[in-house]
Amino acid sequence: MRDEVILLIEQCLNGLQFGLLLFLLAAGLTLVFGIMDLVNLAHGSFYMLGAYFAATFAALTGSFVLGGVLALAATLVVGMAAELIAIRKLYGRDHLDHVLGTFGLILFFNELVRLVWGPAGMNLPLPPYLGGAIEILPGVYYPAYRIAVIAAALMIALLLYLVVMRTRVGMLIRAGASNREMVGALGINVQLLYTFVFGAGAALAGLAGLIQAPILTAHIGMGENILIVALVVIIIGGVGSIRGAFMAAIFVGIVDTVGRAFLPDLFRLVMTPAAASTLAPALSSMLIYVVMAIVLVVRPQGLFPVDGK
Amino acid sequence: MKAFFTVRNIVIGALLGFLALLPLYVVVTGQFFPLTLFTRIVILALAATSLNLILGYGGMVSFGHAAYLGLGGYVVGILAKEGMTSGFVQWPLAIAASALFGVTVGALCLRTRGVYFIMITLAFAQMIYYVAVGLDRYGGDDGLTIYRRSEFAGLVDLSGNVQFYYLCLALLIAAIWLVSRLVNSRFGIVIRGSRSNDRRMQAIGFPTFRYRLACFVMAGMMCGLAGALLANHTDFISPAVMHWTRSGDLIVMIVLGGMGSLFGPLIGAVTLLTLEEGLSRVTEYWQIIVGPLLLFIVVYARGGIDGALAGLHRG
Amino acid sequence: MADPLLQVRDLTKRFGGVLACDCICLEVPAGELHAIIGPNGAGKSTLISQLAGEINPDAGRISFDGRDITRIPSHRRSALGLARSFQITSLFLDFTVLDNVALAVQAHAGHSFRFWRPARSDVKLHGPALAALARVGLESRAHVVCANLSHGEHRQLEIAMALATAPRMFLLDEPMAGLGPDESARMIALLRELKREQTILLIEHDMDAVFRLADRITVLVDGRVIASGKPDAIRSDEAVRQAYLGTKKAGQHRSPRFDAIES
Repeated sequence: MRDEVILLIEQCLNGLQFGLLLFLLAAGLTLVFGIMDLVNLAHGSFYMLGAYFAATFAALTGSFVLGGVLALAATLVVGMAAELIAIRKLYGRDHLDHVLGTFGLILFFNELVRLVWGPAGMNLPLPPYLGGAIEILPGVYYPAYRIAVIAAALMIALLLYLVVMRTRVGMLIRAGASNREMVGALGINVQLLYTFVFGAGAALAGLAGLIQAPILTAHIGMGENILIVALVVIIIGGVGSIRGAFMAAIFVGIVDTVGRAFLPDLFRLVMTPAAASTLAPALSSMLIYVVMAIVLVVRPQGLFPVDGK
Repeated sequence: MKAFFTVRNIVIGALLGFLALLPLYVVVTGQFFPLTLFTRIVILALAATSLNLILGYGGMVSFGHAAYLGLGGYVVGILAKEGMTSGFVQWPLAIAASALFGVTVGALCLRTRGVYFIMITLAFAQMIYYVAVGLDRYGGDDGLTIYRRSEFAGLVDLSGNVQFYYLCLALLIAAIWLVSRLVNSRFGIVIRGSRSNDRRMQAIGFPTFRYRLACFVMAGMMCGLAGALLANHTDFISPAVMHWTRSGDLIVMIVLGGMGSLFGPLIGAVTLLTLEEGLSRVTEYWQIIVGPLLLFIVVYARGGIDGALAGLHRG
Repeated sequence: MADPLLQVRDLTKRFGGVLACDCICLEVPAGELHAIIGPNGAGKSTLISQLAGEINPDAGRISFDGRDITRIPSHRRSALGLARSFQITSLFLDFTVLDNVALAVQAHAGHSFRFWRPARSDVKLHGPALAALARVGLESRAHVVCANLSHGEHRQLEIAMALATAPRMFLLDEPMAGLGPDESARMIALLRELKREQTILLIEHDMDAVFRLADRITVLVDGRVIASGKPDAIRSDEAVRQAYLGTKKAGQHRSPRFDAIES
């Protein structure tokens, strides 16, 4: 098979993987915003904590999988604790307060991590059964870990879909998203629901973090950069919509990855190599924001908005 | 007749006096560090003042304001690298670039409100951050060293630290004064009315979008100037200056000092940065205090320091 | 015979499956006080929102002073002379009473790209503002912060703000909402005085006020006009009595039962 085609397949798969990761992050973010009307800038902190917890627990237990499970549980606990102690003071206030309060949480978590784990990052080595590459097509090799990530993330997306659409808990979540007072009137403990939803959102972020840890290493501030991309995803998909988050995440993941890979070559077709190598990296970073801008102009409520809110 | 010698006015007067006389202390004692610190404080106070115009008075919570610091700084840095060191060219271009970015982003963002506006300004600022990271020729992630400060044909020598400090201070005072005229003018009343009740403003006949956009652009231009100053001050510019968390810092200064008050941003900048300086000598982990402190202010003390001082007078 | 000042033709608006306004037709000649009444959910608020330009109709046409304003944004309609008051108080609570009205004056005093002179000491603004306040009886409260006013005073301020824009026509959305007996009487007197020089479209639940003030009445039920005409005709209209007697609402504050009117 030709090199360019192989590269394209690889980049599309990378884009899919990145997109699924973004979905895990965006799902939590959009859930919390949709149900509690709270914009949580510290969402990226849970992503970071997931990575650190995974690295620590994997080292302690010697098992990658066990480390991951423990990390997930730990992030869930931290998320719920944050909700109980800090987040619930912010409900009902205006959005500037949310943003400031959760920004304060970012500062706090970053320093906490530095205090506990030190300023250097932490590595999470892959177990041997996940290392190496698999031949997915004749002559095309793709890292086994990334395939595992894609599979796992797809399963979780499906699980999330089933929970939100098919279970009573999910119904409560969807009902809460469209009518908070009604849910309260039904006698359901709204406070508890909020704590749970926030914790679940944190856990999803932590999951994304621990998945990325082997590839990127856990480091302080890793959440802040990817948070913005998650925000772009939910703006494109429609705030509050899980389906929108999924579609937009995959779309953004692929556009960003494939764009960065092929834009320099595209540019070289129409301009000098020097100009191309200066402009291409900068402009390929802009790509997803340009898409967001277009969506804002053409369809400001997002591509898959939640109906009637 | 409102009392002039209120606690708040006295505090502000004392602060201004201190800022004006600081270089004397520095020259006498030979300790230059306070001058460096306070030059930085004054420049960031200028940036915060510009943000306060749209945020405090206009209710437009822009989480991407630090982008203008970067834009202004990079214009100076890039021009300097390419051989153009005249401040008469660099600084107006820095302001113009900020205006251009402001009008583009503003036109897109100001159609939205509330949290969407916050998220979108955040996203666009981060976009510019990544563009800067991608500019290999100008240092990319590592940043760009500026070997010669902006030159003004001998009118003022920016490499002289005291002169530079006074220039920054003068620009800050001018900016505060400008803002005070602006927010009390007809234009300012429209902006403030729009913050109070935009729907009603439109119902009584104001096409509020154009006014808010104009205000947004003005704030951007003022901050672009601050960016040019900052680049000169640090002799360096890097994408880190415009990371969205830096925008957060600016917002913190404003809320800490007192939103929608003229001197709030200055008070906030002085307080936050001296607190950081002080706390960082006590412990390496000072940010652990700032985080919850912010949360505390948001929940319990929204008027900031200025609000608290004003409250003292009301008794 | 001159064209009516406000003309509404086949105005239709759907929200999802609900037909909020169904082919509404309406005409208000200059100088008339035209009241719109109807049970809750009849589509009155949707109608006023479309007239004011906050919502776009799905079909139909609105003309004001001979001009098609169907797609014109709300701030332009105000410039054309259509002033609106809000049912749920929508004022500038952190500004003073005078500031509120001065804003309305400023909106119609050319553009506001003036960056230098303080607006608050501008006689061209607070002169007409004080005059409007005097007409509604609020001039003594001019320097009170709006949030500190009573509900009745808020309703008066709403009228003052509409007046300050020197409009051709008023759209008043339940100006009597939440008023006690004295305040209501004051408001009725004010409206009666206003009516002498202005054209008014009045949405109200307070039947007392409606029958005392209106020149003509239109009745809306479920988004459709079921009757339109002079007060006497409406009083004796069979379809209207059905609509009201059939949809008795206990919580209808201040609005006397329909048959109490006929005496």
